Amino acid sequence: MQIDLNGQCLTTGATTLKDLIEEQGFDPSSVATALEGTFVPRPLRAATPLTPGARVEVLSPMQGG
Amino acid sequence: MFYGIDLPSRLMLGTAGYPSPAILREAIAVSGAGVITVSLRREGGEGAAFREILRASGCRILPNTAGCHTAREAVTTAQMAREVFGTSWIKLEVIGHADTLQPDPFALVEAARILCAEGFEVFPYTTEDLIVGERLIEAGCRVLMPWGAPIGSGQGLRNIEGLRSMRAHFPDVPLVIDAGIGAPSQALQAMEMGFDAVLLNTAVAKALNPVAMAQAFGQAVAAGRTAHEAGLMPPRDMAAPSTPLFGLAELADAP
Repeated sequence: MQIDLNGQCLTTGATTLKDLIEEQGFDPSSVATALEGTFVPRPLRAATPLTPGARVEVLSPMQGG
Repeated sequence: MFYGIDLPSRLMLGTAGYPSPAILREAIAVSGAGVITVSLRREGGEGAAFREILRASGCRILPNTAGCHTAREAVTTAQMAREVFGTSWIKLEVIGHADTLQPDPFALVEAARILCAEGFEVFPYTTEDLIVGERLIEAGCRVLMPWGAPIGSGQGLRNIEGLRSMRAHFPDVPLVIDAGIGAPSQALQAMEMGFDAVLLNTAVAKALNPVAMAQAFGQAVAAGRTAHEAGLMPPRDMAAPSTPLFGLAELADAP
């Protein structure tokens, strides 16, 4: 199915947020996730299904002021 | 004390815009900063190296919600930051205008109320407006961070009398001057006025020599704090000789 990951259109075989993180090679413990603009805590990623067109953000620490 | 934490230094330093990771690392170290600010962005591949700088710095981490324009965005960003950085501290920015980067006080108070209720320890980036400050305190904030001038402008304390009023209005609330500081003299001035800390980024990151400037800011903040504690003399309109007149020789020609 096609989803939107960090603003990019992506075809994925993942069916949950947890699968997506692994499929895309993110370090699960150093990123935070949001689905449709709502925070998804790490323990809930496995129980969070993806649907076609889902809008996912995967964020990690960056420089900031 | 910031949410019960006594910091080793009253300088809070931003980590963005440095010429290289090595210079950032060194600037943090020589500044003596007790707190460094960070953000959350889409994973770009260089995240691991930055995480190592944070860990090695030994500083307390203050994540921000920079770039958020609504309360909802800021709340979601804060929740994500708490998980990634393992801290309840959040520098809450809700920007109202893209040119001035002035905080949106209405969305700021709304987001602060939600986050305080969720157990966050909120450092709200606000203006010197006293009523907004009161609303933030009512929302649960125990620190306020008034701007000196627009973010990145380097103008210093643009409304000194307003900031002085704010200091007097909130005598028991830790107040941090956040944003707009361009020179160590301005940071020193804020500390002399009794502000509890100064948060800055661009003035160090964009200096010709960021490491030396980081050191200068560390010294200025420390000097300003010491001066405040020492108690400044009140200014006077007229001159007053500092050298005693008693015992002055008569050397002028006799009339």
